Amino acid sequence: MSGKLRRFPGGLHLDGHKTESTQCAVQRARLPRRLILPLHQHIGAEAKSVVMAGERVLKGQMIARAEGYVSAPVHAPSSGTVVEIGDRPVPHPSGLSAPCIVIETDGTEQWCERHPVQDYITQDPSHLRNLIREAGIVGLGGAGFPSFIKLNPLGKTVDTLILNAAECEPYITCDDMLMRERAAEIIHGIQIMRHALHAAHCIIGIEDNKPEARAALVRALQELHIDGIQVTQVPTRYPAGGEKQLIHVLTGKEVPSNGLPVHIGIVCHNVATAAAIYRAVQHGEPLISRYVTVTGSGVPEPRNLEVLFGTPMAELLEQCGADPASVERLVMGGPMMGFGVHMPGVPVVKTTNCLLADRHLPAAPAAMPCIRCGACAEACPANLLPQQLYWHAHAGEFDKAQNYNLFDCIECGCCAAVCPSHIPLVQYYRYAKGEIWTREREKQKADVARERHEFRLARLAQDKAEREARHAQKKAELAGKTAPHETTSH
Amino acid sequence: MLSAIIAFTALAAVFGLILGFAAIRFRVEGDPLVNKIDALLPQTQCGQCGYPGCRPYATAIASGEADINQCPPGGEAGIIALADLLGRDPKPLNAKHGTLKPKMVAVIDEPLCIGCTLCIQACPVDAILGAAKQMHTVIEQECTGCELCVAPCPVDCIRMEPVQHDIKTWKWQTPLEAAGGHA
Repeated sequence: MSGKLRRFPGGLHLDGHKTESTQCAVQRARLPRRLILPLHQHIGAEAKSVVMAGERVLKGQMIARAEGYVSAPVHAPSSGTVVEIGDRPVPHPSGLSAPCIVIETDGTEQWCERHPVQDYITQDPSHLRNLIREAGIVGLGGAGFPSFIKLNPLGKTVDTLILNAAECEPYITCDDMLMRERAAEIIHGIQIMRHALHAAHCIIGIEDNKPEARAALVRALQELHIDGIQVTQVPTRYPAGGEKQLIHVLTGKEVPSNGLPVHIGIVCHNVATAAAIYRAVQHGEPLISRYVTVTGSGVPEPRNLEVLFGTPMAELLEQCGADPASVERLVMGGPMMGFGVHMPGVPVVKTTNCLLADRHLPAAPAAMPCIRCGACAEACPANLLPQQLYWHAHAGEFDKAQNYNLFDCIECGCCAAVCPSHIPLVQYYRYAKGEIWTREREKQKADVARERHEFRLARLAQDKAEREARHAQKKAELAGKTAPHETTSH
Repeated sequence: MLSAIIAFTALAAVFGLILGFAAIRFRVEGDPLVNKIDALLPQTQCGQCGYPGCRPYATAIASGEADINQCPPGGEAGIIALADLLGRDPKPLNAKHGTLKPKMVAVIDEPLCIGCTLCIQACPVDAILGAAKQMHTVIEQECTGCELCVAPCPVDCIRMEPVQHDIKTWKWQTPLEAAGGHA
């Protein structure tokens, strides 16, 4: 492992806007009267509710279990009573509703029984993975992929564990604040991850615009006398925190198209996930809260809050001095990759890293025709041809877009940001991906329909054949009865 | 002369054996073209094309009896896919066979159902559940929206409803649809 850093292609220098929300220490958000917990807060199958309306639940109690392998359970973030299980608006670009469990909190914060594991080093990695799965831990960087799966080397040798502390998107500072305030927890979590993966090397990749966080990590490493974890600063350039980009910068290796980092011996986790794993293993606390940055032009007191999942976003805005009604646009995530939330009453979920509230939104400039300048291709950090992808998505030629590796697009928004014609390029790619997935789903449905139709035809044919056979048999029987009769009558 | 005859006979025998083996080993069941066409059809089994199901229509296309623009549920994308497969020019949907409609699903007004089983017999994909003199219901997931169950119902208790989009089937619109602008 050489210390030399590489440079990923493309990328942008963006205004950070990070200092606004790092001025004061992280506070605990007020306990809301009602917590709204979507059953689907992660990548994979929706969790299945295991409580009923009217049931009393304790803080940390599992209220929905994981359904299938790629899934994650949901836990009660506070004690109270389940008042409703039904469809509620959730943070999603569609603005649609999805199944949620609503808990009315009682304010006592009474914990359920916890089972901390003190000496994780003696534990079997698969037992640790199970603990992490049962704690509902998913990637807290924003994608929400169940973490226990990424802690399973699946028979491959994991050479390097990379901790993603880049936090490259403007405005977002929740990982920065977590590293400043809970560096020791992160380091302990990393040790658990290293044990689970048997990783030989470990690098924390952090952008060089977070000197305080880096200092806190280095201090914690010294105080805990832990070797083998390297804190490496990477140049601040968006999207340095993209998984593939960070791996490229730190190791010089490239994750193959359609491949996973584990295929090249690398596993990448977010630092907040590491801290959550520490809390789950050594304190027996499931994932029920996270740091959320509340910032933007519509927030008078931007800051980071430690928020229980299920807390309505509007309450967080109020706690930061903002009037939810005066917020013109509320974005979950950052300005580049986040999406607009349709109403401020939707809850914070496991993947909510930032709330970006703007009061006065300049009208988006109208899209003009593409002038084929190629600026998008220079900005693309995934080495794609955004212009080609745009033409094909625009024309509905989705298979051609796929041939240009549409699915390697990480939707970082660099191409759209540099486009002099202000074409909303990323939206075209999202549209094309959605169409391809829809067609895939329809194809599967058609295959099932074909099978059912053919089975029905076969069943009808069999019924007919059986009926005919019965008729023939009856006829034969009748003939057999009448024939001897005839002979005796003569 | 004799050696040449023997050599050619031996060669002929060897190649004959190889060909004979290949004919058995690599035998193709059914008509591959019909299968390829059938794979592109939407499998609603609605019969709007004039044939009793998607496979008969595929067979008719393969034999040149039917045109490629008779399938309304397949829409323009379906016609283009068929044209690509068969090396023909795409053409607009033949309006005689119907128009492209949003995806529908059959819904039985259950209190009105008299349990006559006529819709069950009409359903091409066994997506209606029920028995004689028992209430019937549609298995929404399996319904192809073919509308074949609507006409046979003696009490008109079946209606077609557009498929509701939930969060899993929702997809991003194009910026054109979303803003009504141009790019």
